[in-house]
Amino acid sequence: MSQRGRAGGFLDLITRVLGRDEGSRGTAKERLKLVLIHDRASLSPELLEALRADMMKVITAYMDIDSDGFKVEFERQDDAVALVANIPIVSVKRHA
Amino acid sequence: MGEAIVITSGKGGVGKTTTTANLGAALANMGHRVVLVDADIGLRNLDVVMGLENRIVYDLVDVVEGFAKLKPALIKDKRFDNLYLLPAAQTRDKNAVSPEQMRQLVADLKEEFDWVIIDCPAGIEQGFRNAVAGADRAVVVATPEVSSVRDADRIVGLLEAHDIVKPLLLVNRLRPAMVKRGEMMDIDDIIEILAIELLGVVPEDEGIVMSSNRGEPAVLSDRSKAGEAYRNIARRLAGEEVPVLAVAEDGLLTRLRRLMGWSG
Repeated sequence: MSQRGRAGGFLDLITRVLGRDEGSRGTAKERLKLVLIHDRASLSPELLEALRADMMKVITAYMDIDSDGFKVEFERQDDAVALVANIPIVSVKRHA
Repeated sequence: MGEAIVITSGKGGVGKTTTTANLGAALANMGHRVVLVDADIGLRNLDVVMGLENRIVYDLVDVVEGFAKLKPALIKDKRFDNLYLLPAAQTRDKNAVSPEQMRQLVADLKEEFDWVIIDCPAGIEQGFRNAVAGADRAVVVATPEVSSVRDADRIVGLLEAHDIVKPLLLVNRLRPAMVKRGEMMDIDDIIEILAIELLGVVPEDEGIVMSSNRGEPAVLSDRSKAGEAYRNIARRLAGEEVPVLAVAEDGLLTRLRRLMGWSG
């Protein structure tokens, strides 16, 4: 075994004795929390389509939008999930 | 009129059938009238875990199809006069039964028994929908592993969609020594993640394998730690206030006692 490997093993031991090494318990918990944020935020494709249709209805009362380019998706960013809508505007209605 | 409880988990192999058998035997031992329903159609197993596999004449599908009456299809347990099993069909598949038929079956059983305990198959498909159809409450079994807890979370959501709210959590196969080393999630971690009420904790126990080898539920053994945990859980289900079994590792005193022949 190389000198470095042995030193690493010694450091491992020190951190374990000092209780700084958390073990896999903390990793499991953190990973679960993240994956569940995503799982819980998921909508079925049918519901997502219904949401898109409803949003279209509301927005078209105020402006003309490109319905083919209108996309609604879930986006995952590190420890959060966002509902991201991309709505290309054709023209804004002018109110008298 | 009795109460119907479905034992579910999403993930397979976490101890649904063992839990069903042990809670059933423990409640029967307390004097309650209990029927166990194996809803895992095509993969029947509750009969062997209970040691009743040689007594099966009719099964659940025979009953819902009207081929057999309910009473003759119920198998009386060897040990308790007030414990019965309705076995699953082995040569049919889950589509042989509908949720509506299950709802009727469970309603009929609730007339005769204090407890109807339904062993749910793994998965979230038709078998799950059948098993939860007639249930009033649910026990979600999870082991302290990421895959099991994730599936349990999904099941909690699906139960809600089936109007079964406030499911109870049973943490199975906890290994206190691993928790102590920081290499296994603790009960508090799992409760925090799933945000449901804890019904009980069952420690990992070799006795469970031995008891299913013999077809004798572990609650009937005084030496099984898992059996003791299941007895406490049954009392809690029945409304008694029983503290959650301390699953810390045995202290020196307990180990000494065991060495000297007193059970700890």
